[in-house]
Amino acid sequence: MKRVVAYTGNEVAAEAMRQIEPDVVAAYPITPATEVVQAFSGFVSDGLIQTEMMTVESEHSAMSACVGAAAAGGRAMTVTAANGLALMWEILYCASGNRLPIAMTVVNRAMSAPINIHCDHSDSMGARDSGWIQIYSENAQEAYDNLIMALPIAEDKNVLLPIMVCFDGFIISHSIERVELLEDKEVKDFVGEYKPQFALLDLEHPKTFGPLDLQDYYIEHKRQQHEAMKFVPDAVLASAKRFEALSGRKYGLIETYKLDDADVAIVVLNSAAGSTRAVVDKMREQGIKAGLLKIRMFRPFPAELIAQSLAHCKAIAVLDRCDSFGAQGGPVAHEVRSAICNLPKVPKVIQSVYGLGGRDLNIEDIVDVFGDLKKVADTGKVEKVFDYITVRS
Amino acid sequence: MVTLKELTHRYDGLGPGHRLCAGCAASIVARQVLLASDKPVIAASATGCLEVGTTIYPYSAWKIPWIHNAFENAAATITGVETMYRALKKQGKYKEDVNFVAFGGDGGTYDIGIQALSGALERGHKFVYVCYDNEAYMNTGIQRSSATPFRASTTTCPAGEVIPGKPQHRKDLAAIIAAHHIPYVAQCSPHNWRDVVGKAEKAFATDGPAFLNILSPCHRGWRIPMVDSLEIARVAVDTCFWPLYEVVDGKLKITYKPKEKLPLIEWLKMQGRYSHILKPENEHLIEEFQTEVDSEWEKLLARDGTSL
Repeated sequence: MKRVVAYTGNEVAAEAMRQIEPDVVAAYPITPATEVVQAFSGFVSDGLIQTEMMTVESEHSAMSACVGAAAAGGRAMTVTAANGLALMWEILYCASGNRLPIAMTVVNRAMSAPINIHCDHSDSMGARDSGWIQIYSENAQEAYDNLIMALPIAEDKNVLLPIMVCFDGFIISHSIERVELLEDKEVKDFVGEYKPQFALLDLEHPKTFGPLDLQDYYIEHKRQQHEAMKFVPDAVLASAKRFEALSGRKYGLIETYKLDDADVAIVVLNSAAGSTRAVVDKMREQGIKAGLLKIRMFRPFPAELIAQSLAHCKAIAVLDRCDSFGAQGGPVAHEVRSAICNLPKVPKVIQSVYGLGGRDLNIEDIVDVFGDLKKVADTGKVEKVFDYITVRS
Repeated sequence: MVTLKELTHRYDGLGPGHRLCAGCAASIVARQVLLASDKPVIAASATGCLEVGTTIYPYSAWKIPWIHNAFENAAATITGVETMYRALKKQGKYKEDVNFVAFGGDGGTYDIGIQALSGALERGHKFVYVCYDNEAYMNTGIQRSSATPFRASTTTCPAGEVIPGKPQHRKDLAAIIAAHHIPYVAQCSPHNWRDVVGKAEKAFATDGPAFLNILSPCHRGWRIPMVDSLEIARVAVDTCFWPLYEVVDGKLKITYKPKEKLPLIEWLKMQGRYSHILKPENEHLIEEFQTEVDSEWEKLLARDGTSL
């Protein structure tokens, strides 16, 4: 029985966490993710769930406590944004290096300085090399669905990696949308019981977690993390298949819209995909064969699938809500470019940074990008490989 | 309190087979604490000598469940473990009774780890935090910490031509911890096993956070013969540089008062890190240091038996 509600992104994230009912949540407030912590604390205070809530003194301790809790042998979750994620940065690597399937909501927000509480992706993109699985969500429904699907992916016995589910600060976290929720029991059955292979609480089999690991073994352990990432796409798809049977909603590693016959396409993730989809329709009305590729799973990066999906395009634009200062484009652009570079006929690529610190990406901005792409497609020439858009000139 | 004979029958959770220096007090401290537990123990260590010296992969000297996360977060990590323990017990998924202990050096406790420790104490978890205080960043090569005593020479406050060692006095960590109003705080010294084991027993029996600050002489950093680790701890206590006391539910009690309080110089002259202070031109520094130690001891005596 589906339950339809009008919830904000943060409310559905808290609702998903309530339904998952992890054993331990350790969290710290930070805008725009605070409401998730608040709402979840309310569920605990009202006795709706058995989760032990650790209201720690920093995000560093939130992630540190999650590592301890997960290593002890149960489910641990947290939620953060921006500077909070940056403060966790060191321990993100400890979580993945210790192969602990922790799940975290990241409500994407710009990094200081200057301080800004609004959306961009410089927080989670900064953590892209930390060994965490990264799933991006276009809207509140996807944020909810991705959170429900997160733990079975992370806990897959071939994977055992932490996972972050990202959605846009304010744009999604604070906007009310129509969302279909699952029944509590459906979620419980979907995530199932967690039985860790190794647990600190297993006194019969004492284990040493986090030893010093030098030149003779460290690289093999890092290689194991690399190999574990290769199992993630199958785990994501298996989780999605089960989820579709339950909810009727279908998910893949990427989502395409009118891409199959597109000459020009935009690659983007999170909420900007919604606006882009609308502009694709508008372009099609004008006779421009436009398409969209939305990346759902950014880590591991589904390079082959993305290359195949874009192979027939004449020109593509990759829009990043994050700059890699001094480079020729943001992180998504670089990944996409490397993915397509060995195609027999490589599409022309333009890459743009947009929307930093919550600057709106308006319909006209996307129309302009398609206009530029049309020019590139017609002439075969890229005048400007990289530029900022949605910025004062 | 447990007898020495009984201790020999307790499960020894650490070693043999670790790679700490011969004469290092940290492993002695860790074993004295672990032996005091009447229940199985799960331990966490901050990055530091104890962690590095006991766990070079693929070996581990720990015979109990043990976790190292990072440098500044031993308190957050062990309280994460303890919280999971409570969560699973509450759900009826776990039956054992377990004690939890975190070990951090002075760098990992006085300095970089104090925030996570303060948070864990305030939250009121049932765990024991042990600071093995060797008075500098020994693992990285003897750099000064806020536990390094006045005028000691370290690699980042070397006794130079102009500056004769660390200009500052150390931080009073036990007082800072006691200000959290946790049920049990103690300062101890490993030269007296009864002192450490007895206080650790009380710490494990505490229903809430307990903290032990344990002097852990380091022959590399203090420049002493490796056989002198425990002897120098005894002199530190007899000079009242390292007073032994406990704060139980806010009430302070000095647990050892030397019959004859030795002059501080007796402790300083044993250590190479203080060789510069023995020069005639630095005599005033010894006086200043002695005055500080006397003043702290007098303050402690005045508070003995009182509620803080």
